[in-house]
Amino acid sequence: MAIAARDFRELRLDGMSRSFGTVNALKSVTLNVKRGEFIALLGPSGCGKSTALNCLAGLLTLSGGSIWLDSTRIDRRKPEERGFGMVFQNYALFPHMSVRKNIGFGLAMQGVSRSDIDRKVTEALSIVRLGDQGDKLPGQLSGGQQQRVAIARAIVIEPPLVLMDEPLSNLDAKLRLEMRAEIRRIHDLIGSATIYVTHDQEEALSLADRIVVMRDGTVRQVGTPQELYASPAHADVAEFMGYRNLVKSSAARSGNAVNVTIGGAAFAGTPIGNAVNGQAIVAIRPDDLKAEAGGPLAVTVESAQYHGRNFYCSGRTGDGTELYFMADTLVAKGDNIRLAADPARVLVYPGAAS
Amino acid sequence: MTDRAIGAAAPERPPLRIRLALRDLDGVTLLAVPAVLFVLALFVYPFLYGLILSFEPKAGGWLANYRKFFSEPFLYDTVWTTFRLAVPATLINVFLSIPVAMRVRRLQRRRVLTTILVVPITLGTVLIAEGLLTYLGPQGWFNRTLALFGIGQVRLVHNYMGVMLSLIMSGFPFTFLLTLSYVTGIDPSLEQAASTLGAPPRARFWHIIMPLLAQGLAINLCLSFVQTFSVFPSAVLLGAPAGETRVISIAAYQAAYEQYDYSMASAVAMIMGFAQLFVILLILAGRNLLYRGAVGGGKG
Repeated sequence: MAIAARDFRELRLDGMSRSFGTVNALKSVTLNVKRGEFIALLGPSGCGKSTALNCLAGLLTLSGGSIWLDSTRIDRRKPEERGFGMVFQNYALFPHMSVRKNIGFGLAMQGVSRSDIDRKVTEALSIVRLGDQGDKLPGQLSGGQQQRVAIARAIVIEPPLVLMDEPLSNLDAKLRLEMRAEIRRIHDLIGSATIYVTHDQEEALSLADRIVVMRDGTVRQVGTPQELYASPAHADVAEFMGYRNLVKSSAARSGNAVNVTIGGAAFAGTPIGNAVNGQAIVAIRPDDLKAEAGGPLAVTVESAQYHGRNFYCSGRTGDGTELYFMADTLVAKGDNIRLAADPARVLVYPGAAS
Repeated sequence: MTDRAIGAAAPERPPLRIRLALRDLDGVTLLAVPAVLFVLALFVYPFLYGLILSFEPKAGGWLANYRKFFSEPFLYDTVWTTFRLAVPATLINVFLSIPVAMRVRRLQRRRVLTTILVVPITLGTVLIAEGLLTYLGPQGWFNRTLALFGIGQVRLVHNYMGVMLSLIMSGFPFTFLLTLSYVTGIDPSLEQAASTLGAPPRARFWHIIMPLLAQGLAINLCLSFVQTFSVFPSAVLLGAPAGETRVISIAAYQAAYEQYDYSMASAVAMIMGFAQLFVILLILAGRNLLYRGAVGGGKG
């Protein structure tokens, strides 16, 4: 008997809202999630992503909107009646119970027979590759192992939906990469829908089928990692997706392209949205702004960090704008060099910079 | 040549300061000296003095005091009387504090309620006793209100109930504060995790809260028991010190200040001390059977 998620077609968040006093932490979030989908809720701290997760788990009640699992409304149900698996940021393992007891807790609460619990716990342990650690107490395990126990405990109840709240934030860099792959493997294995909260864009890009970018309690953009990486819909999403150079500029349309000026130099860019004309914000990734002998823009290098294949640099233009860019060859502080960018990778957003 | 000289040298013994530091003894250790002196002067010395004194009775062999205590019902009954008050009062205080603490920990204005509950500590037993005497007495508000509803007099002072009420009023704030600190020490995400795993509130309490609270409750039971076992003022003021609340501390007092038999009083005090020790060891032995570790769900 393999562990597999309970069957369902779709989870639907319909105008999900939550306020704390006068603060609206979550403003009308609407989202559809299909079975088998891996969704990342991405955003800076305080954007409402954890609130959204807690609302889904039932740990917070909604102040507006509804949550549907197929045709059943579930937002008024208590957490213990929803049957979702949740992995907490600090793992929340029961410190007085052995690893096996921890994993079997959810099944015991469902009244599953002892022999079935035993079999499923053994299977869950092998899924998270902790076969021989079952009789230890959580305190005797390393951080990565505790994380695996927390995942096993959440999936053994065969939930239709697995909720993960920044599960990797307490691990070191190497273990984080390892567990990232594990989490995706386990997700694919049991076939549940997973909603994964993170503030790490790299984690979201590498794990998710779709990313939901949140800010100030609202959904700013939903899309595949490729869509979000290549063409963020808003300047603030771009900022969060690694477009570190955000420069105010005047913009003039010319056909499908738009002409902008950065540090006094003219650049051709790609407009996002139709309203781009007049005041605009130009967004360029550091890796799309390259040191090039014939480039239009002159900067003075202020710092250069060696990143193995290239240098990650910051520099200042003649008018004092600070820019981040990549250089393939050794550059040093004080060097005067020229920069260029592919017009397709110069994204131009309407409006004044916030 | 220099190499050989170094190689030949006997391994140097680290200086005394370093060796002491390795055993966690350094200048800061000296800060413990006043406390040690204090304990020696005010606990160890009086205890040993009393112990020896109890074996030097006014008359008879060295065990005469103890023989007298355990042969006279008037004396040995006090042990039972004290237990009859201390054990229920301790259990009521400790176990009543759990639901209250569970509720209070979620309150926004925890400090207000905590303050109200803690006021009895600051009042002291005598003031509580005086208050109860008037309030619960034959002409007090309590009985007058009962009379208003046609219910006859209920006697709640100068008997077992009076002492019990006073022990609860003065003991509960202590147990409550202690339980509250243990309850709030339990990581709330553990309960949340249990609820997402399908555990209703009752199951969360018995499977998660209680096992993690057990260690704290054991300590709480010990402290509360010691406090109630040595009851004296309320047993005299609110109880029937010649009858059903003639607790062991009254027996010791009478031996010392009514019969001027310090040796006998010391013997009674020793018996009292060992009775307390017995109960505490019992509780601590039970504690060893339970989980004793971190009450957090995360790393470290």
